[in-house]
Amino acid sequence: MSPVPPPQPLDIRDLRVDFGRIRAVDGVSLSAEPGRVLALLGPNGAGKSTTIAAAVGMLRPAGGSVRIFGLDPRTAHPRTAGLTGVMLQDGGLPMASRPLAALTHLSRLYADPLPVGPLAERLGITAFAGRSIRRLSGGQRQRVALAAALIGRPRLVFLDEPTAGLDPQAALAVAEVIGELRADGVAVVLTTHDMADAQTLADEVTVVDHGRVIAHGTVAELIAAHAPGGAVTSELRIVMRAEPGSPGPDSALLDALAQLGPLDADGREVRIRADFDAARLAAAARALADAGVRPAVFSLAERSLGDVFLDLTGRSLR
Amino acid sequence: MSDRPAPKAATAAAPPASNEAPPARRIAAQAAFEVRSIVRNGEQLLLSVLVPVGVLIALSTTRILDAVGADPQAGPRVDVATAGVLGLAIASTAFAGQAIATAFERRYGVLRQLATTPLGAGGLVLGKLIAVCAVVASQFALIFAIAAALGFSAHVSVPGVLLAGVLGTASLVSLALLMAGTLRAEATLAGANIVWVLMAGAGGILIAPPGLWGQITAILPFGALGDAMRAAVLAGTIDWPALAVMAIWAVLGVAGCRAWFSFDGR
Repeated sequence: MSPVPPPQPLDIRDLRVDFGRIRAVDGVSLSAEPGRVLALLGPNGAGKSTTIAAAVGMLRPAGGSVRIFGLDPRTAHPRTAGLTGVMLQDGGLPMASRPLAALTHLSRLYADPLPVGPLAERLGITAFAGRSIRRLSGGQRQRVALAAALIGRPRLVFLDEPTAGLDPQAALAVAEVIGELRADGVAVVLTTHDMADAQTLADEVTVVDHGRVIAHGTVAELIAAHAPGGAVTSELRIVMRAEPGSPGPDSALLDALAQLGPLDADGREVRIRADFDAARLAAAARALADAGVRPAVFSLAERSLGDVFLDLTGRSLR
Repeated sequence: MSDRPAPKAATAAAPPASNEAPPARRIAAQAAFEVRSIVRNGEQLLLSVLVPVGVLIALSTTRILDAVGADPQAGPRVDVATAGVLGLAIASTAFAGQAIATAFERRYGVLRQLATTPLGAGGLVLGKLIAVCAVVASQFALIFAIAAALGFSAHVSVPGVLLAGVLGTASLVSLALLMAGTLRAEATLAGANIVWVLMAGAGGILIAPPGLWGQITAILPFGALGDAMRAAVLAGTIDWPALAVMAIWAVLGVAGCRAWFSFDGR
């Protein structure tokens, strides 16, 4: 007999969501696997939060399908909600309540919740448990919202900007919690604007823009696939000095630098993507010296997920 | 050739066991949380307890009712005041209090968060309704106790009071949620307070308005609640037409919520 395939924690196919005449999500397909972290990235307004809202059944899709462990969240709501934890971008916590009272209330909605005390201790909530949620800082509210998402022992977790507004210690604790969830076999869908977080935490990345998926893969796959020349993974960044009399990048210098690889020039900043070895670096330095330019910044970095993200979605403000 | 049976086609395995609590436990938890929220909220307590009690004492011990044209044949002042204040208490808790509280819960994303839990939208509404009924029951006990101390002597129709209480609460909670789920929080705050003041002052809750205005308020939920309470408290009867009016408003409110209520108040 063929092995029975387990239902996927999350399976979204060709999802479309409309707000009036505006199509906010336009054919998004993605899936989340047990014990893996999927980062859902995109600029503001790209459709990330709308995709999550539709995934948990809060929005009626105009088309496509959403399944949580094989169930439709709009028709099997209590069951899917009992398998899912959601941390909303704006917290969604009762302002007049104290953190432990709010968590205790939420825990009563589940048959076998996590004990509130140890969870609050783990996320450092007990330190401010005596204050009402209204009086907490944004980062403290984020921690309570994360606890709210985890209180029901979910098998699928949506974390919408979990590290926004957190200090480095709290962000580290959140990263550790995400790692523990992955180790426990929980499927995690993480939306974030923090590319370093995504690069560190995610097993897979889906980039959405204008309501569509524009790239998907592991971090390494995305960097390799979206670098000029295929295997190129380095970027040389040169920033010219701004003092009067200090020459900027004239066309001769730009032509010389362009010999090294694809080049982006923006004001006093020049970025060259190439597989930089010692000879190429020396050639870049020589081109600057020949032009009489002593740069303020001359740095070589591996291409990051953030670079890929900016290449895919553009550098201009929306 | 093997004579073993062909393997069956693979079918998807069952999802893991869900962790939701039984429905009754979820709704009871939400109702208890709502009651605690109402009791802890000073403004709601003022609106739900102090204002009705103050109005009861004022109307029972002064000639305000005579001055505003209350029917002197209806009964002693304390009896008339009690009937009106029972309706006012429901209007305060079920309408104004719930509209304002729910509007701000919606603004702060609390409703969206709860919608993602096993409680869901239906459980949320039922929890609120049960909580309001519990608070209204406490209000009734307090109001009747104070009325008794003030000399209340009417022969009350208990079924009439209960029916008026339940249908009045259901209709006004549904309209409060409709307001809170469709308007911005500030608009709900202003609108609910204005409606409450207008209805308490001239909407037929405290006394039955005369003439055409009285006929109009009789088909509005606040006026129908006042009529049903007066019938039950002062005449010891059940005002079925008024109960029918409240039932229709409850259905309209629920239908409106199903059509237009939005959990997202951003």
